[in-house]
Amino acid sequence: MESGINEFKEGLLNTLKEIAYPLVAILISVIAGGILVYSFGSDPIIAYTAMIKGSLGDWNKTGETLVTVTPLILTGLSIAFAFKCNLFNIGVEGQFIIGSITAVWAGWAFAGLPAILHLPLTLLAGTVAGGIWASVIGWLKAKVGSHEVINGIMMNYIAMYTSNFLVRTVLNVPGKAYSIEIADTAKLWRFSQAFEQFNHSRLHIGIILSLIVALIAYYILNKTVRGYEIRAVGFNPHAAEYGGISVRKNIILAMIVSGLFAGLAGSIMATGVQYRVNNLFGFTGYGLDGIAVSLVGNNHPIGIILSAFLFGVLQKGGPLMQIQGIPKEVVGIIQGIIILFVAANFVKVVMENIKLNKDLKRTAVKEEVE
Amino acid sequence: MPAVIEMKGISKSFPGIRANDNVNLKIEQGEIHVLLGENGAGKSTLMNILYGLYQPDEGQIFIKGKPVKIVNPNVAISHGIGMVHQHFMLVQPFTVTENIILGKEPKKGAALDIDKAIKDVEEISKKYELKVDPRAVVQDISVGMQQRVEILKTLYRGAEILILDEPTAVLTPQEIEELCIILRSLVDQGKSIILITHKLKEVISMSDKVTIIRRGKVIDTLNTKDTNIDELAEKMVGRKVSLTVEKKEAEVSAPILEIKDLRVLNNRKLEAVKGIDLQVHGGEILGIAGVDGNGQSELVQAITGLSKAEAGEILLAGKDITNLTPKEVIASGVGHIPEDRHKRGLVLAYSLAENSILGSHHMKQFRQGFGLNYQKIREYCRRLIKEYDVRTPNERVLAKSLSGGNQQKLIVAREIDRDPKLCIASQPTRGLDVGAIEFVHKKLIELRDEGKAVLLVSLELDEIMDLSDRIAVMYDGKIVGILNAKDATEKKLGIMMAGGSAQDAV
Repeated sequence: MESGINEFKEGLLNTLKEIAYPLVAILISVIAGGILVYSFGSDPIIAYTAMIKGSLGDWNKTGETLVTVTPLILTGLSIAFAFKCNLFNIGVEGQFIIGSITAVWAGWAFAGLPAILHLPLTLLAGTVAGGIWASVIGWLKAKVGSHEVINGIMMNYIAMYTSNFLVRTVLNVPGKAYSIEIADTAKLWRFSQAFEQFNHSRLHIGIILSLIVALIAYYILNKTVRGYEIRAVGFNPHAAEYGGISVRKNIILAMIVSGLFAGLAGSIMATGVQYRVNNLFGFTGYGLDGIAVSLVGNNHPIGIILSAFLFGVLQKGGPLMQIQGIPKEVVGIIQGIIILFVAANFVKVVMENIKLNKDLKRTAVKEEVE
Repeated sequence: MPAVIEMKGISKSFPGIRANDNVNLKIEQGEIHVLLGENGAGKSTLMNILYGLYQPDEGQIFIKGKPVKIVNPNVAISHGIGMVHQHFMLVQPFTVTENIILGKEPKKGAALDIDKAIKDVEEISKKYELKVDPRAVVQDISVGMQQRVEILKTLYRGAEILILDEPTAVLTPQEIEELCIILRSLVDQGKSIILITHKLKEVISMSDKVTIIRRGKVIDTLNTKDTNIDELAEKMVGRKVSLTVEKKEAEVSAPILEIKDLRVLNNRKLEAVKGIDLQVHGGEILGIAGVDGNGQSELVQAITGLSKAEAGEILLAGKDITNLTPKEVIASGVGHIPEDRHKRGLVLAYSLAENSILGSHHMKQFRQGFGLNYQKIREYCRRLIKEYDVRTPNERVLAKSLSGGNQQKLIVAREIDRDPKLCIASQPTRGLDVGAIEFVHKKLIELRDEGKAVLLVSLELDEIMDLSDRIAVMYDGKIVGILNAKDATEKKLGIMMAGGSAQDAV
């Protein structure tokens, strides 16, 4: 029993330690952003107040922020899952797009089914499509050895233009640059249907789904045989092979699961927010933001939830800052600073340097005494 | 004349351990000074302090009588200290010259003056009688050669004091002899050398003085000529140790491993195993002797399914296991202690518990449906830790935080506890200290006495001769002869390892 408590303490301490560095990095970034705002001739307090008000000021604003957070959690998980197998799934953007367009197709093509069948079918279709899209990248990596980043980028373009092609042809609304709308039976339940606080927000049940998926991702990675194998391949493919673990199989599987998460993110955006797909002129950014979310969240499902929330606040708080006369680019800059600080492990490096200097000083003082 | 290096009252603590405790060390000009101690005794910590990789908590360093503060390796280098690490720091696709000059390149304007570089390298190579081919690419040359390149690298930077961390761990007997000659000639030219090792034979054959470190403290400093192996072993380990392996007569039963005309390619697609026939019986240890790179690794990889056999047959207890996957090979009853525990044997970023099931992680006893039963896995690991005397705070620490000896014990525990019919032990004691070597040897002999077949591959001739019941010598991908251990002498084996036949050896 005692060991159980100690174990728990140890685990908690480790988690805190893991979170501490990114947290401090975020704090420093916020201060740096404040200085920046000040140098533009505005008041940083007003700026940050505006940001918080704009993103979390009332139920509706919070709802809208969570609408942004939802796909970020999923794309962040997607990146993190592949990363645990030492794969950089930059193709998450393409898997997101394919997930969206497939969900819209399913939401339109199977109209007439009861919601209880239609909605799950629609989500499933988009999710699986994302998985299949990612499996191509995984297969190429495992069988031919070609790099997942290159293939991922290429698959992103193929996804975007395939989606646009479908939007302009099969799924087209004549004369419009967007697709037909999905049937009501394929739409996700919105909070505004039950709570009038959320009347002016599109907050939907997808946020709950994404939290559940985060738990599932954690469970698969850390508690299952498959997760054990995937992480082993990620840490040390030679040892994995020695232990009877198929490196190729796990690379493909990790990519597929990663793609499933991205595909689900796309389907949720289609069935919860937009109900259709626009003709894209560039990438949606959800996939690419997922990379930053995963990085700041230290590839840990809980960290990803928190960092997705942070990114949501930053993005949704921007417009109100602009109304206060602060350029919205500041938000982008703060985001950039956070990523830079976290990626460079800045806080950790500085802390270690301080410690080293202290050690040096201590020995120096001793010598003088002698 | 003051000592070239004097370290006074050095202490250094890491969380949980005192790696160095008030250590005093004095190196005189022109001597080979061995730092002897078991793994984890604090030898490397002390040298890393001298090389500026760590800062001491207490104590002072003097170079030629002057107090110095070595805050980083650049400072150490500027004081004429050079270090050759156990794991070489070479850029594999670069040439010998490019590696040696790296970071201190001769320039013509902004461009690299490669002609001068090659000339410089040839010059120091000649001066110190360290023969290398300046144009050879590092990944194509032998490990012994790579070590010379490392030594030249430090000399090129003007090193007067060379630190060599476990320099013989990766060398063949012949290369060790060559290294010995090289070190002597360096000392003759006025260099001073610090050797870190735990191999007693080398202390006697190579050094002038020896300082023994145990648990972070200096136990003694002796003149090598006044001491002997037994005394050193006792001081190093802190108790009397038996250096000879005791075992009873082998009770040999039916063949368990049968290999017929096996051919295997290496990763450059060249034939590395060129038609081998071999049998290992239950109840015997068959040792494979040979110089590194004669096909031993490829042979083991083919048996364990890690690489494909081009031709031939491998039978385990009569069952064909040729070209099965590693998973199937494990399941059919093969345990494998791999030659490189960091590359193959462990996932260093995994906990001991997770490592203890590598290879059996998919088996029923450790799972619940799709999930792993971590409770059970931890219990299992705790049992292994206890039975195999793995020194660790608990089973949740990461494998990388353990010393080499304890890592190896965990691997041995995992592979033996699976109750294999055949155990392949490849370099099972490489880089281990006396205590751990004793332990691993004992376990392998126990396995043999239980009637299991043991295939031992080792570059250490002593180990092969001590443990084996029969010895097969491999040269150039073939088995040049099989001797009964009783008939084997170092000389006979040496001739066969160079490609001669058993008849030549008589």
